[in-house]
Amino acid sequence: MAAGPSRNLGRYLVVAVPFVWLLVFFLAPFFIIAKISLSTTAIAMPPYTPVFDGLTGLWDNLAEFSFENYVWLTSDQLYIRAYLSSLRIAFISTVLLLAIGYPIAYAMARAPSSIRPTLLMLIILPFWTSFLIRVYAWIGILKPEGLLTVVLQTVGLLAPNEQVRIMNTETAVLIGIVYSYLPFMILPLYAALERLDNTLLEAAQDLGCPPIKAFWLVTFPLSLPGVIAGSFLCFIPIMGEFVIPDLLGGSETIMIGRTLWTEFFNNRDWPLSSAVAVVLLLILVVPIVLFQNQSARATEKGR
Amino acid sequence: MNKNLSWFNVTSLTLGFAFLYLPILLLVVYSFNESRLVTVWGGFSTRWYVEMWNNQGLMDAAWVTIRVALLSATVATVLGTLGAIALVRFTRFPGRTLFSGMIYAPLVMPDVITGLSLLLLFVAMGLARGFWTVIIAHVTFAMCYVAVVVQSRLVTFDQSMEEAAQDLGCPPVKTFFQITLPLILPGVIAGWMLAFTLSLDDLVIASFASGPGATTLPMKIYSQVRLGVTPEINAVCTILIGIVTIGVIIASIASKRSEVERQRAERLAAATP
Repeated sequence: MAAGPSRNLGRYLVVAVPFVWLLVFFLAPFFIIAKISLSTTAIAMPPYTPVFDGLTGLWDNLAEFSFENYVWLTSDQLYIRAYLSSLRIAFISTVLLLAIGYPIAYAMARAPSSIRPTLLMLIILPFWTSFLIRVYAWIGILKPEGLLTVVLQTVGLLAPNEQVRIMNTETAVLIGIVYSYLPFMILPLYAALERLDNTLLEAAQDLGCPPIKAFWLVTFPLSLPGVIAGSFLCFIPIMGEFVIPDLLGGSETIMIGRTLWTEFFNNRDWPLSSAVAVVLLLILVVPIVLFQNQSARATEKGR
Repeated sequence: MNKNLSWFNVTSLTLGFAFLYLPILLLVVYSFNESRLVTVWGGFSTRWYVEMWNNQGLMDAAWVTIRVALLSATVATVLGTLGAIALVRFTRFPGRTLFSGMIYAPLVMPDVITGLSLLLLFVAMGLARGFWTVIIAHVTFAMCYVAVVVQSRLVTFDQSMEEAAQDLGCPPVKTFFQITLPLILPGVIAGWMLAFTLSLDDLVIASFASGPGATTLPMKIYSQVRLGVTPEINAVCTILIGIVTIGVIIASIASKRSEVERQRAERLAAATP
C-alpha cells in the first residue's frame, strides 16, 4: 500500500474532524456543567459567579468552590423524591415496554419474509413523526372531556355525567412514555429475534419440548442481546424525560427532567440546575457505559 | 416453521399497530373538524388550515425550523459519515475508545442534559444564542445517529472493491467518491433523513440553545399546547406528518429500486464471461 503524505493527511482528517467536533461540543460542556454546579447563584447575566478562569487560576480558586448546591440537593426532599420517582417511572415503563414490545417484535420476526419489510416500515413510520405531536395526540384522548370519555360513555361503561380521570396522573405519563418509546424497544428486539436460527427451535420440538418451554429455553435466552439493548435505549432517556411528564403529568408527577427545566427556565438558577444535571449524569453513567460497550460489541460482531 | 401466523401473533400485531396509529389518525381526522371542540364533530372543514396559514408567528417558526433542519442535517451527515468511516475502517488510533463512546453516548443522553451543557458552553464561549447555536446543537446529536446508520451499512459491504481500486492506482479521495460513497449512499440518505426529522422534532435542546428571534416550530407548538388543544395545532401536525410520510415512502421506494438495479448489475456481471 502506498502511504504518501496526502494519504496520511486524508486519514488524519477523517478521524480528526468528527473527533474534534464531539470533543468541543459534547465532552467539553460536561466540564463546564461540573464547574458551574460548584459556583454560587448570583443575579446577573450569566447568573452565576465564575469559579475559575483557566487552569492556572484553578488552585488559587479551589477554596471558592462551593458545594452549597449539592448540599441543597440532598437536604431538600423535593429533589430526592424527583430522582426516586424518575427511577421508578423509568423502571415501570421499561418493563411495560418489554411486555408490550416483545410480542409485537416476535410476531414480526415470525411473519412471512415477504411482508416483513412492510411491517418494519410501519413500526418505524410513527417514530419519524414528531415526539411532541405524538404526546399532543394523547392529550385530546385522555383529557376529561376528551375522546376516551366520549367513547366510554357511548359504549355505556361510563355514566353520562362521569369523566375519565387519567389526564394529569402518573398513568397518563406511563401511557405517553410507552407510546413514544415503543419503536425504540421493538427494533432491537426484532433485530435479535429475526437472526434467530429456526433449526434450534425445530430441534427442540423434535425432541418433544412443548412450544412454551421451547420459547423460554431457546428463543428468549437467544434474544437477550435485543432485550438488553432495547431496555437501555428506553430506560436512560426516560430517566431525563421532560416533555411527557410536563404535558401529560400533573403536579404530583415530579420527574427530574422537569425539575431541571423549572430550575433553569422559571427560577433561573443555573448553578442548581447544573448540579441537578451532574447528579442525574452520575446515576446514568453506569447504564450509559454498559450501553456503549454493548453497541460497540454489536458493531464488531456485524463486521 | 409454519408459514401462516398464529392467532396470537396476528392479535399482537393488530393491537400493536392499532395502539401506534390510532392516536395519530384521530389527530389528523380532527384537524378537519369544523368545531373548535375536540369531542364534537362539526362537519368537514379546512378552516384550521387557513387560520394556520394566516398565523404569522407559526409560519415564521416553521420557516426557521426548516432552515435549521436542512442545514444541520447536511452538516451532521458529513460529520457522521466521516465518524462512521473512522470507526469501521480505522481500527487503531489514539483515543478510539473515547471516540466511539462519544458517538454512542448522545443516542441515550437525556435531552435536558445535552441542552443545558451546550447552553453553558455557548455562554462560556461568548456566543450569542440564536439560529446558529441551534444548528451547532442539532449537528452535535444528529451526527451520532448518522454515524450509527452509516456504520451499519459500511460493515456489510465488501471492502475488496475499495482495495481493488486502490491497487489499480486510484487515489484514496477518488476511491471514496467513486466506490465507497455510491455503495453506502442508501445509508447516507437514511442518515440525512433521520437527522432532518430529529432536528424538526427537537423541543428540549432547541429551547436551551436558542435565543431571541430563533423560535422553532416545536417551541411554538409547545407554548400553544400548554395553553390548550386547538385544531390549528392539529392542522400543523397533520402537515408535518404528511411531509414525513411522503419522504419516508419516497426514500424506501428509491432504496428498493437501487437495490434491484444493483442485483441486476451483479447478475449481468456474473453472466459476462
